[in-house]
Amino acid sequence: MHANDELKLTADVLVIGGGPAGAWAAWSAASQGAKVILVDKGFLGSSGATAPGGTNLLYLPPDEKLRNEAVSQRMKEGGYLSEPDWIHRVLDQVYINLERVETWGYPFRRDENGVPMRDHLQGPEYMKLMRSAVSRAGVRIMDQSPALELLTDEHGVGGARGISRQKNRDWEVRAQSVVIATGGCAFLSKGLGCNVLTGEGLLMAAELGAELSGMEFSRQYAPSAAFGTVTRGRLLNWATYYDEDGNTLYSPGGPRPHDFLPTMLRKGPVYATLNHADTEEKQRILRQSHAIFFVPYDRAGIDPFKERFPLTLRYEGTVRGTGGIRITGEDCATTVPGLYAAGDAATRERVTGAKSGGGAFNASWAICSGTWAGEGAAKHALSTRSSANGRRLQAAGRGGMSRESAGPGQSLDTASLIQSVQREVFPLDINYFRSEPVIQKSLERLNALWPEVYAEVSGDSRERIKAREAAAMAATARWMYTAVLARRETRGMHTLLEYPNLNSSLQHRLTVSGIDRIQVYPEGKPHAQVNHELLEAAQYHVHTASRENESREPDRWMAAAAGEGEGA
Amino acid sequence: MWLCIKVCPTNVFDRTETGLPLIARQEDCQTCFICEVYCPVDALYVSPYADIKQQVTEQELVSVGIIGSWREIIGWGRGRTRLAEIDETPFIDRILPPQGTISS
Repeated sequence: MHANDELKLTADVLVIGGGPAGAWAAWSAASQGAKVILVDKGFLGSSGATAPGGTNLLYLPPDEKLRNEAVSQRMKEGGYLSEPDWIHRVLDQVYINLERVETWGYPFRRDENGVPMRDHLQGPEYMKLMRSAVSRAGVRIMDQSPALELLTDEHGVGGARGISRQKNRDWEVRAQSVVIATGGCAFLSKGLGCNVLTGEGLLMAAELGAELSGMEFSRQYAPSAAFGTVTRGRLLNWATYYDEDGNTLYSPGGPRPHDFLPTMLRKGPVYATLNHADTEEKQRILRQSHAIFFVPYDRAGIDPFKERFPLTLRYEGTVRGTGGIRITGEDCATTVPGLYAAGDAATRERVTGAKSGGGAFNASWAICSGTWAGEGAAKHALSTRSSANGRRLQAAGRGGMSRESAGPGQSLDTASLIQSVQREVFPLDINYFRSEPVIQKSLERLNALWPEVYAEVSGDSRERIKAREAAAMAATARWMYTAVLARRETRGMHTLLEYPNLNSSLQHRLTVSGIDRIQVYPEGKPHAQVNHELLEAAQYHVHTASRENESREPDRWMAAAAGEGEGA
Repeated sequence: MWLCIKVCPTNVFDRTETGLPLIARQEDCQTCFICEVYCPVDALYVSPYADIKQQVTEQELVSVGIIGSWREIIGWGRGRTRLAEIDETPFIDRILPPQGTISS
C-alpha cells in the first residue's frame, strides 16, 4: 500500500460494515466496555440494503405456541438445515432489541389494543437512530472508509487496512477482534441499496482461512420496475400481470404458476398494475407502507394503480440468499481466532436453512447476530489483556491488491472483469434455471477468469477499491457455483434441473473454503470422503498458487475451532 | 455542511475547491434516493432511470412538485410527520386480495 500519511489507530474491536448488523455489533461491543472502531465503505445510516427503504422483521410476542409454530414452519421450508434452538434465540433476542429501539425513539405503530407492532422498520429512520445509538455508545465511526484487507499473525486476526476514500488516505486499525458485517454480495446488480455489497468481507475472511457455508443458496432475484432499482415485491400482491399485448398472465386469486416471473420474463416483457388496490383508501394505505415502491413510478409519470408498468428481476446474490462466512458458535465466531461474522456476511442457515431469509429473517438475524458477534468480539479482545500494537501483523490481501507489474499491458481491467462475472451470475438461464452442465461450464469460465485478479492494480483510491470489489465478486461467484455442483438435489431455494427431488443423504450444510483452490465438504468434515469427480471439477489450481501468501490454508485454524460444537 | 457528499453510500460527489458538492461519478449512482432524504434544502433530484441519463430542468421538477418529495414523504424536516409514525405496513394484509395457490 501507499505510505500516503497513513492513519494508524488501535482499538479492542474493529467492526467492518455500517448496515444494521455492523451497527448492532459496534453498539454491543461498546456496551461490553470495549474500545470500538466502526469503518464503512459508505456512511453508517445510509449504507446497505436496509437504509433506503425499509424492512420487515421476524418478530413474535413471547407466546410459546406462536413461536413453536413459526419454528416448525421454518424448519420445514428451510429443508431442515436450520436449528430450532437458533430460531428461538433469534425470536428471544430480537424482541429485546426492538423494545430497545422503541425506547431509543422509534415510533412503532400500535394496534387497536395498544400493542406495539414491531414487525416493520422504515429504513432511513431506523438507521439514523442506529447511528445515534452507536455514537452515544462511544464508538468511533469512520465513514467512506472501506476495508480492503485483514491483518493477521499466528494468533489469528489483528485488525484491517483500508482507504479513507474522500481523504485519499490509507488507514490501519489494529484490534484484537474483528467483526465482519459487510453484507452479502449482490454483484452490482443495482438492487435497492445493494451496490455497496460486493463481497469483500467474504474474501477478506477467506484469505485468513475462514470457511463459507450455504453458498449454493443464492438463487434469489427481486422484482423492480424494468427501468428502476427499487427491488420491493410485497405490493405486487395487489397486481395483475400482463404480457406485451395486454393479455392477463396472472390476477390475484387465480392459479399462479410455479416460477411465475422468471418463466414469463424468459418469454418476453412482463407488465403489472396494482389494480387490486381499487379504492382511494387502499391506495393511501399502500403508499404509507412501502413508500419507496412508488418513487420510480411517480417520477416516470406512471400511475401504478391504473397504468401498466414494466417489470424486471434483479439478482440479489447472497444478500437474499442465505450463505456466507461459516460461524462456529453462539457468539458468531468463525474458524479464525478473533474473527466474528454478522448479518448477511455470515451464513444465515442456522436460522433460515435453505430458504431465502429475504426481508424478515435476515433483518432480525442482522440485529441478533450483530449483538452476539459484538459481545463475543469484546469478550475475546478484553480477555487478551494486551493491545494488538505489540503483534507482528501482516496484511493478508491478495486478489485485486497487486501493486507489482507483471509486464506491459498486464494491469487489471476492473470494468471488464466485473462484466465478465456479471455475465455468469445475472442470467436467469444460468443462475435461476440451474442445471448441472450449464453451471459446470459457467464455473469453468469463472475459474479461467480468476488469475486476472493478480494483475497489477494501478490508479487512484477508486480504482483500488473497485479492483478489490471485482476480485471479491469473482471469488464469490466461484464459491457459489462450486457449492451448487456439490448439492445434487433440490432443497429450499436451491434447484438443479437434473435432480428435482430432495436427497436425504444431503441433509447437511455444505462448507466451501479456499481461494485459488476451492474445496467443498459437508460441514465439520473437511477430510470426509466426498464426490471426487465433482471436487476435481470444482478445484482449480492457478499458476499463481505458489505465491508466498498461499500458505494460508483452510486447515490453519482448525485446532482452534475443534473445541467448538458443530451444529450440523 | 454538505450532507450529500457525506452520506452517499457510493461516493458519487466530490467537494469542489469552493466547497460546493459536484456530481463527479454519476455512473456510480445506485439510485437509492437517500441523498434526497438527507438534503435539508431539497437541492437534489435522483432520476428513477437506472441505466439512462434523464435531462431535466429545475423549473420542470419544481412545477410538477417532485423535487423534495421523497424527503417530504419520509417526513424529515421541521413540522413534518415522520413516515415511521404513520407506517401502515403492519396493517396492509388486512386489505390483501385473495392470493392464488401456486401450481406447478
